[in-house]
Amino acid sequence: MNVVCDAKSRLSEQAFGEAIFDLVRRTAFELPADVEAALKRAHDEEAPESTARMILATFLENMALAKEKQAPLCQDTGMPLFFIHHPPGLSHRAIRRVCEEAVARATQGQFLRHNAVDPVTGLNSGNNVGKGFPGVFFEEWDDEALEVALMLKGGGSENVGRQYSLPDDALSAGRDLEGVRRVVLDAVRRAEGKGCPPGILGICIGGDRGSAYLHSKHQLLRPLTDVNPDPALAALEERILQEANTLGIGPLGLGGETTLLGVKIGALHRVPASYFVTVTYMCWENRRRAIRIESDGAYRFIG
Amino acid sequence: MKELTIPITAEQILEFHAGDAVAISGIATTGRDAAHKYLVDRLIEGPKPLPAEDERIFDELKKIYRGGAIYHSGPILRNDAGRWSIVSSGPTTSIRDEIYEDKVIAAFGLRVVIGKGGMGPRTLAACKAHKAVYVHGMGGAGVTNARAMVEVLDVFKKEEFGLPEAFWKIRLDRFPGIVTMDAHGRSLHEELGKAFDERLAKLLRGESGG
Repeated sequence: MNVVCDAKSRLSEQAFGEAIFDLVRRTAFELPADVEAALKRAHDEEAPESTARMILATFLENMALAKEKQAPLCQDTGMPLFFIHHPPGLSHRAIRRVCEEAVARATQGQFLRHNAVDPVTGLNSGNNVGKGFPGVFFEEWDDEALEVALMLKGGGSENVGRQYSLPDDALSAGRDLEGVRRVVLDAVRRAEGKGCPPGILGICIGGDRGSAYLHSKHQLLRPLTDVNPDPALAALEERILQEANTLGIGPLGLGGETTLLGVKIGALHRVPASYFVTVTYMCWENRRRAIRIESDGAYRFIG
Repeated sequence: MKELTIPITAEQILEFHAGDAVAISGIATTGRDAAHKYLVDRLIEGPKPLPAEDERIFDELKKIYRGGAIYHSGPILRNDAGRWSIVSSGPTTSIRDEIYEDKVIAAFGLRVVIGKGGMGPRTLAACKAHKAVYVHGMGGAGVTNARAMVEVLDVFKKEEFGLPEAFWKIRLDRFPGIVTMDAHGRSLHEELGKAFDERLAKLLRGESGG
């Protein structure tokens, strides 16, 4: 079996498909360990007998039940977004087809809800495959292995994402990191309970309107426990996290200590005329997992 | 945790207040975007007489909703040898139905609306006028919620709306939630929103800005 190969070899689609199918299943059913740990910590930090603690206890129970029953954590299995690092020579079309087939099979097995709707006709494709659905994004690297990260991005949290164009008069937000801080806190306030907090923010500073949203989603693939290699961004992440957690929005927006579980910021070069700050909101149920597929076809979960 | 059993009377619903944690039991339906549009545009305000199939659904829903509940959710279901069951079914964002919900409450005598994120002034006014409450469900807790949706009794508009958007008639058994808008006119969302605004303003005063 030769999953990873040069351009002349053939991709073993069947084995690759099984790995991707397993990835979809695990992503829909089981949260990654860092998210689970953050939710447990948030639970323990809320006051005994509080609504916030009761809600977080329900979340923890839901996590355990989903794992035990092997059922989708949330009924909104969202838009599947695949982020693929691959060695040179692989066919993007072939990989995309495998991802689509795995998603369709997972939908048939009730792992994923019927979520792909044609916006013109209103018709649901019924198998989670449509134009641009699922999202599949590629990056080539020198490693001989393939890594595939999958994020299931729910609609409720996606709806509360925002893009700001700085300067922003109303928020007195200029074109600097203080301006970024101001608009991001505004985004958290506006999202209130609608994005299913405690949430995780993926933020992109700069870029254009399109690249910035994608880059903000890339930030959500980072483990909650990592530290931004850029010290200025690391400090800003820490500050926004701490300050957002003084807003009192709390679990599901019904009040409490934990409004955010994490803040992850990246930056892209911008043109002189533009300064976008782009915020993607991820709900508490941050369904993202990743696998590494070695050149002999063996795969393991790495996140 | 207060027990809320449907159908429920106006007098009984007044005993529930914003902030109360509740466990809901009884017969309800799911219903989200397409369902609310249909309820109002076709059944309540559409030209009469209704086509026979719509009339039948209208009658069925009247029986369920009088003193009953609608749940904003688009579930994942399983069908084993012709029997439907709920696999995962957390609440969806309710505010999208704000333009419809007051009319649904008034027309059907609905007493409990279950969803997430809260609703606006029109729904709050209808809750007060017609004695209903809004219950905030456990967003994202699809499996915990599914466990409290113990039986699927019927389904309406499945073919036209698709599985997530259909009306699934279900039996709830101690379905968990928190009353956030009550029949006395109180909204926890309004009150909390003011507090969030004040805290944000304080944080933004901390620096002069760019």
